[in-house]
Amino acid sequence: MVLGDGGNNDGLLNVNSRELEIVVESQGDEYLSFRLGDEGYGVDILRVQEIRGWEESTRIPNAPEYVKGVLNLRGSIVPILDLRHRLGMGLNEYSKESVVIVLRSVGSGSDQIMGVIVDEVSDVITVKREQFQGVPKFGNGISTDFISGLIESDNRMTMILDVDKLLCLSGSSTASEQ
Amino acid sequence: MSIDLSQFQQVFFEESFEGLEIMETSLLGLDPNDVDDEEINTIFRAAHSIKGGSGTFGFSAVADFTHVMETLLNEMRDGRRAVTAESVDILLQSVDVLRDMLAAADEEREVDVARVAAQKQVLENVLNPDGEDESTAGEDKVENNAPPESDEKPIGWHIIFRPLPQILKTGNDPMRILRELMELGEIHIEVDDSDLPDLSNFDPELCYLAWDITLMTEKNRAEVDEIFAWVEDDCELIVHEILADKSAVDQQTPVLKVVAPVEDRRVKKDRRDKEPKKASGSSSIRVDITKIDELINMVGELVITQSMLSLLGETFEMEKLEQLNDGLSQLERHTRNLQESVMQIRMLPISFTFNRFPRLVHDLSAKLGKKIDLQVHGETTEVDKTVIEKIGDPLVHLVRNSLDHGIEMPADRLASGKSEVGVISLNAFHQGGNIVLEIRDDGKGLDRAVLVKKALEKGLIDGSQELTDRQVYELIFHPGFSTAEKVSDVSGRGVGMDVVRKNINELGGSITIESELGQGTAIIIRLPLTLAILDGQTVQVADETYIVPLGSIVESIQVKEQQVSRVVGRGETFKLRDEYLPIVRLHDVFGIKNSKAKTLQEGLLVIVEGESHRCGLFVDDLLGQQQVVIKSLEENYQRVNGISGATILGDGSVALILDIPSMMRLADKCDLENRVSA
Repeated sequence: MVLGDGGNNDGLLNVNSRELEIVVESQGDEYLSFRLGDEGYGVDILRVQEIRGWEESTRIPNAPEYVKGVLNLRGSIVPILDLRHRLGMGLNEYSKESVVIVLRSVGSGSDQIMGVIVDEVSDVITVKREQFQGVPKFGNGISTDFISGLIESDNRMTMILDVDKLLCLSGSSTASEQ
Repeated sequence: MSIDLSQFQQVFFEESFEGLEIMETSLLGLDPNDVDDEEINTIFRAAHSIKGGSGTFGFSAVADFTHVMETLLNEMRDGRRAVTAESVDILLQSVDVLRDMLAAADEEREVDVARVAAQKQVLENVLNPDGEDESTAGEDKVENNAPPESDEKPIGWHIIFRPLPQILKTGNDPMRILRELMELGEIHIEVDDSDLPDLSNFDPELCYLAWDITLMTEKNRAEVDEIFAWVEDDCELIVHEILADKSAVDQQTPVLKVVAPVEDRRVKKDRRDKEPKKASGSSSIRVDITKIDELINMVGELVITQSMLSLLGETFEMEKLEQLNDGLSQLERHTRNLQESVMQIRMLPISFTFNRFPRLVHDLSAKLGKKIDLQVHGETTEVDKTVIEKIGDPLVHLVRNSLDHGIEMPADRLASGKSEVGVISLNAFHQGGNIVLEIRDDGKGLDRAVLVKKALEKGLIDGSQELTDRQVYELIFHPGFSTAEKVSDVSGRGVGMDVVRKNINELGGSITIESELGQGTAIIIRLPLTLAILDGQTVQVADETYIVPLGSIVESIQVKEQQVSRVVGRGETFKLRDEYLPIVRLHDVFGIKNSKAKTLQEGLLVIVEGESHRCGLFVDDLLGQQQVVIKSLEENYQRVNGISGATILGDGSVALILDIPSMMRLADKCDLENRVSA
């Protein structure tokens, strides 16, 4: 009988989560927005593991320059990427405001956790799907590979980053060998 | 209400594969001239468990197949059938087929039906050599030793079904059985309620009824029995067959199967749950209960120490400092013990790997016409689970090599004054912080001249160098290097030894060869005790800290100016006793800036050895030795050349662990690039 009840609970749970999905859909997706210089960026908030202050990390030899090193995150070894560098924006000195956003990428194999250094975290914004705009072509060598869309909030443009593409480092290992 | 049986399924597979191994080992140990009853019993029991389990989990093909094996084994056990080398071979082949079937079920892939059917036919032919009543084996599926049925096919069954009063408590419902029977054919049921008490004595949880059933059906006995399979222990069951002329032959069914009633309940559910879900990918580990007890003990100690310390903390005064120190050292001791015990859980006896070799040697020696005596020592030596998983294939390769290339044909052995029977011995033992595995044979040994000639042909060496024995033996690890005169399907294709070495290196181990022409060859594999913890030397280069595995360090020295010489103006080498060793500057290889030691005299040289090459690793300073827990870099990042992993130091910062062989390759490449760019 106990087992039977368990089955019922499962059923209830399913209904609830379905309702939940509907609610989420009607309100839109949430994004964590942050700044690099005076540009606004955002990432899917469901991919954000935690936000922590910047601290010195251990350098990895012969790694691409945007990989600042690895940190001990409660026993896991987590690489830290310099987001400015990753996007090709050039370096900036880290300050008290520099923040590490720990992100989770869902790869084909297993999830990976990496931290990205940003200048400062701004807000959590809710965006409806229809507010999303495509990325215009810039030509003249400006890479927009990591940007999945543009949105406007408070009259400012925020670029939404594709976390999986951003954290996918395959190919860079060969680069480091050369 | 249904119980999810899939959670038990993985256990069933594991147990079945273990059972198969037991069967295999025992079959190999079976001497047709001197049959040990206990051995046959062991095989029989293993087969029986597999049959029972596979029936329970709905793998009826496996159950059917095992049943035929079991029948044969049963006859051997009862002494009705002689144990011959031939029948043992057939049983061994059947074990293979069975393993394949189970693996197929586990991986949810299609099984080779033709092979199964063929092997089953072979077994049945053994059972019925004249090929007379082949059908019995098929019909006699259920495991009561039903007397042979008469030739005439029964047109129905007369069943007296008298459940024991407590049958309901075992979760069985007689009504369900009756309903199932009804599906088989035309049925006439009479209920016998003579045992029914009056209402005041009536216990609603007991069954007082009995049934007298006449079932007219074409179905055979097995199908009728199957319906009663789960209640045979909880009832009196008499089944007569009804022949066309209505003269019932008395055939009482002896109920053989003993199943605990509790289990009945569990297994019964499975018949409704015939679709096994996909097995989860995670592997499990079986741990000796004493190890768990030990662990619990230690956790208990730890808790006591912890509460003692927190009590101390609440009312701490300077006078209690000594108590605090005692407590802390206790804590340290318990933590260390706990760590060791947890590591122990990952340790399994090497017999998991060694057990497959008797079979391998048995089959191969028969195929090659050689006589081999396999001696296994130290199979209880415990090694890390990962080692067990990864070392299997390399060992198989090495044993095959010994068998194929090492041991000579019996005639050749006699001619060279050796015993006809070749000896291959497998040894496992601890030595220092290492596990040593040895594969030793008393065959013809490696022929230096042949190896050198072959290497010259392949252009691996240019003939001008004078090679040490060790360097010559090293040649066989080159890809594509084979000394076999002809390629057999056993070995000789020249793929393998390089892979063997690669696998062993991946485990952090090393492989060496000792050989004497005409006397035999020994291959010695050294593996670290555990892959999770490493003894390391922390070294400093500029403001970065690295860990060098202690196992790769030969010594650490400070060099003097006069020991160092330059090669082609760039490379540095120094003389260590009689040997010139290259110097690798770690800060060059890893691109470390601001190295403190500018000249070789200011820093230290750590002499490291990887894959039989040595070099002097130049670092700023040695910091200390410590045990480090290896953490994966690949989990969240990717493989880094020259680095095997990372660890967390006492202050919480991350230090990288050097992979010496890979670091040396990296240094080679660096050098090459510098030369090209220069």
